[in-house]
Amino acid sequence: MSILWLLPALPAFGAAVLLLGGRRCNSWGHLVATAAAVASFVVAALVFVSMLGRDESSRALGQSLFRWVPVDQLQVDFGLRADQLSICFVLLITGVGSLIHVYSIGYMSHDPGRRRFFAYLNLFLAAMLLLVLADNFLGLYLGWEGVGLASYLLIGFWQHKPSAASAARKAFVVNRVGDIGLAIALMIMFVNFGSVQYDVVFAGIGAAGESVATAMALMLLLAACGKSAQVPLQSWLGDAMEGPTPVSALIHAATMVTAGVYLIVRSGPVFEASPVARAATVTVGAITLLFGAVIGCAKDDIKKALAASTMSQIGYMVLAAGLGPSGYPFAIALLLSHGFFKAGLFLGAGSVMHAMNDETDMRRFGGLRAAMPITFATFGLGFLAIIGVPPFSGFFAKDPIIEVAFAAGGAEGVVLGCVTLLGAGLTAFYMTRVMLMTFFGPKRWAAQAHPHEAPPTMTAPMIVLAIGSVAVGAFLTVGGRLETWLEPVVGSAHEEHTIPAWVVTVAVLVVVLAGASVAYRKYIAHEVPETPPENVSGLTRAARVDLYGDAVNEAVFMRPGQKLTRTLVLADTAGIDAVVDGVGRSIGGVSTRSRRLQTGFVRSYALAMFAGAVLVVLMVVVL
Amino acid sequence: MTIPGLTVLWVLPVLGAVVVALLPADRPRMARSVAVGFATGTLAVSVALAVAFDTGGDRYQFVEDHSWIAAFGARYTLGLDGLGLVLVLLTTVLTPLLLIAGWHDGSRVADHGSRRSPHTYTALILVVESMVIVSFLSLDVLLFYIFFEAMLIPMYFLIGGFGGVERTRAAVKFLLYNLFGGLVMLAAVIGLYVVTARAGSPFDGGTFDLRTIADAAAAGGLGVDSAVLNALFLGFMFAFAIKAPLWPFHTWLPDAAVQSTPATAVLMMSVVDKVGTFAMLRFCLELFPGSSQTFAPWIITLAVIGIVYGAILAIGQTDMMRLIAYTSISHFGFIILGIFAMTGQSQAGATLYMVNHGISTAALFLIAGFLVSRRGSRAIADYGGVQKVAPVLAGTFLISGLATLSLPGLAPFISEFLVLIGTFGRYGVAAIVATGALVLSAIYILWLYQRVMTGPVRVGNDKISDLVPRELVVVVPLLALLIVFGVYPKPALDVITPAVQSTIVDSSGGQ
Repeated sequence: MSILWLLPALPAFGAAVLLLGGRRCNSWGHLVATAAAVASFVVAALVFVSMLGRDESSRALGQSLFRWVPVDQLQVDFGLRADQLSICFVLLITGVGSLIHVYSIGYMSHDPGRRRFFAYLNLFLAAMLLLVLADNFLGLYLGWEGVGLASYLLIGFWQHKPSAASAARKAFVVNRVGDIGLAIALMIMFVNFGSVQYDVVFAGIGAAGESVATAMALMLLLAACGKSAQVPLQSWLGDAMEGPTPVSALIHAATMVTAGVYLIVRSGPVFEASPVARAATVTVGAITLLFGAVIGCAKDDIKKALAASTMSQIGYMVLAAGLGPSGYPFAIALLLSHGFFKAGLFLGAGSVMHAMNDETDMRRFGGLRAAMPITFATFGLGFLAIIGVPPFSGFFAKDPIIEVAFAAGGAEGVVLGCVTLLGAGLTAFYMTRVMLMTFFGPKRWAAQAHPHEAPPTMTAPMIVLAIGSVAVGAFLTVGGRLETWLEPVVGSAHEEHTIPAWVVTVAVLVVVLAGASVAYRKYIAHEVPETPPENVSGLTRAARVDLYGDAVNEAVFMRPGQKLTRTLVLADTAGIDAVVDGVGRSIGGVSTRSRRLQTGFVRSYALAMFAGAVLVVLMVVVL
Repeated sequence: MTIPGLTVLWVLPVLGAVVVALLPADRPRMARSVAVGFATGTLAVSVALAVAFDTGGDRYQFVEDHSWIAAFGARYTLGLDGLGLVLVLLTTVLTPLLLIAGWHDGSRVADHGSRRSPHTYTALILVVESMVIVSFLSLDVLLFYIFFEAMLIPMYFLIGGFGGVERTRAAVKFLLYNLFGGLVMLAAVIGLYVVTARAGSPFDGGTFDLRTIADAAAAGGLGVDSAVLNALFLGFMFAFAIKAPLWPFHTWLPDAAVQSTPATAVLMMSVVDKVGTFAMLRFCLELFPGSSQTFAPWIITLAVIGIVYGAILAIGQTDMMRLIAYTSISHFGFIILGIFAMTGQSQAGATLYMVNHGISTAALFLIAGFLVSRRGSRAIADYGGVQKVAPVLAGTFLISGLATLSLPGLAPFISEFLVLIGTFGRYGVAAIVATGALVLSAIYILWLYQRVMTGPVRVGNDKISDLVPRELVVVVPLLALLIVFGVYPKPALDVITPAVQSTIVDSSGGQ
């Protein structure tokens, strides 16, 4: 009996206890939830260790729990499978998940809804683990929408705030647009392969022809765009920052939003069979990485700046995943390192907010390094990691992506390489800006602010994540460790790099230095005004409103949709219905007394009908 | 002597109705308890039948066959197959819950005015239950028709006698629509008899026997021109399309659902309307396989329009109950889409959808009804912040809503997935357009939830109390079913699949 099922079952059980237990478990519920998260991390570690003990061809571990949807040729089992790819995610989800449970004990200690919060966090873990452990696309779909639900519940956790409720709904609806893609991909699979099982689909994709692969891959890409906030389905992520900060760290930075990257890498054989879909994937990634970075440069809200950064970093991952087997290991390496440093940055931001009465405007921060030394140090390490300074994680994870982008060859390689390079410079700029505005310069605090360092339940996870920010990238990529580990699942491609690695590295460092120094000149050499300056460029103005993402959605979908709805509501009562009402009136009599007449008529008619029926039955019996 | 289980199943609720009607007028509580008792007894009988049902056995089981009107060849023939079984169980599970949910219905003078009204109300519900059960069991076309039509009478009195201010108008509209459909169907029923009775038909004399006619239809036709069969098919289909309801025959539903009591509305949408979709599968497809295929593209077009139309209309509603009624129109579109896509997955999905929609709509509508009974308003704009004052009510409402938007893990997802996946291979465009409902349903449910349950507590809502034990008795089993069938639908699918398979084999024959 395999222990795989325990991974999702433990947090699912925790969520059930907390939700059904009601107020009785208010005082200890968060401990149960944290224990469930840690326990599933322990199970994950045991599974991982046992995998290490086997040779690489027999590392994957499968478990079929029960027959789920059996109808004719369609036979879907509720099956789990831990292989080299999914175990990376499982460790990240349960590891970072456990840390964030611990952090939340401190962060949410004064919140009356703490039990509900931990229940949702556990629900999220269960769904996310199902997503990465499923051995078929229907199981993945279950987890996929499950994490969407958890995200909805947690973004809208403070339901009394209308902005939170709206943000939650927006996130769910935009994700559902992406889910259409997943649903259609499932239909294409069933029609072509009679199955939604990973191995059956991947084995058959070669023979199915390129057009099938293209259709399926583009639909999967749509789904990935929704979940991972890639252009054009990016608009929900900024608003999602309405959720409590631990949620932003776990769901909207480290794990759930990267599910799109998982989907693309997992479905590698489908994407590899379609050059069109791969080109589309690379394009989406390239656009989003710039899109997010530009927005990040203009945000004054620390969480929204980090959210834009997440979007941009996932753009890197999607771009790498779109490059095929040569990019997969680096997409995953960046994903895992990003899981650490971005979660750490968010927890740091949460710690700052905790200390500053939930203030998120960086123009109200400044000079916090003295008041919050641990937060400053851990945030600083995360900062060094994300901008890609050696020897921190981001350097080892992002540098190879830029190399692979250049290696794509021809004009494509040049464009992709320059985009990723430019993105690195922008990242350095906006992250330096965040760092300087928050921790350096003069104090711009509100009068009642008395910043203090967070309690140990909060700082301990921050320290662990900071260590990860330092070490994970090098650990994964030096000597091709992750590449070798993943090879049995995602394949490998050793391409000759046209440009020597050291040239790329030097170029990246120059760009990063440039970005950081521009930020230094703007935010240290000059004073930071307390209100955003008005005389700024058009690009800055556009970036402040998320490059018109919401405006486009409103103009293209919402307003025409509302108009259509109003028209149809009117037509429904004035059209068909009016005809029938008219018939009713004309039978019953004219206008004013019609209702009574009509009523009298129909009631007696019904009674007559009933009497007639009784009569017929009697006659039949007698005859 | 063997017990005629199916007859017991439908007679028991009628008997209950008679007993309730005879109880003294000053004992309303007793009337309600007796009614719940009989409904629970019926549930027990249906469960016993389900246990005895052999999934690998004959298609129709527990068959009872007696002479009825010899002159017309009409017989009293009852039989239970997988389709009938799951829908009978839906009916027998929901009826006692509806009686408990509507415990106070009919007790206010404003509702009816008569001291006997609790008796009438509960008796009528039991009568409807009985007639619905016969419809699911009947293997004789005339027998089915009589009960299909007769059902209108107790439904008319339920809608018109108990509920909102405009209930009379709604009841009249309900009756006119359905009566009209029924008359057209009557002509088709007579036509079918004439076809079977005429010289040269494959039958010895006129008959209403479903199995005999279906076998002949599958084997090579009824020996008449396909135009005649097409006309007969349309006659049947018209009545069922109104009952289901299929767009554009849906406009009676929102009025009736809003004006009647929540229990009546659920009885109508979750149970009575399923007779329409059930009958499409049972009668249209089996009696007229060729015509069903001829008209399938048209019906599928209407179904897909209904899916999108119902969902958009739901988004535009300002009345909570009306909104839910329109979601049902969208869901009926899915059911009809699955039936006429005619693949194993789509039809199994459609059948399962009937059950799942029955449960999820019951939960959503009844909880909304509980809320409305506290505040006295159906207008969405009057609510806001209910989650703060009544968290259990809001939580259960959210779960029912998530089921309605087909969230994976809850029962309706499986059926919607099966319908879509089964439809795609034959009607790709229809399936793709139907996926638009994924987004629209998320909008109508979550926006409803947001306006009613979240935000600051609105004036007038601070006194709203949470669900009481009687209401939890209704809600908890429904939610449990939604979760259990969402994770483990196999027991239902094992019963449905063989029955659906025979429908497909039958309907793939020519004319």
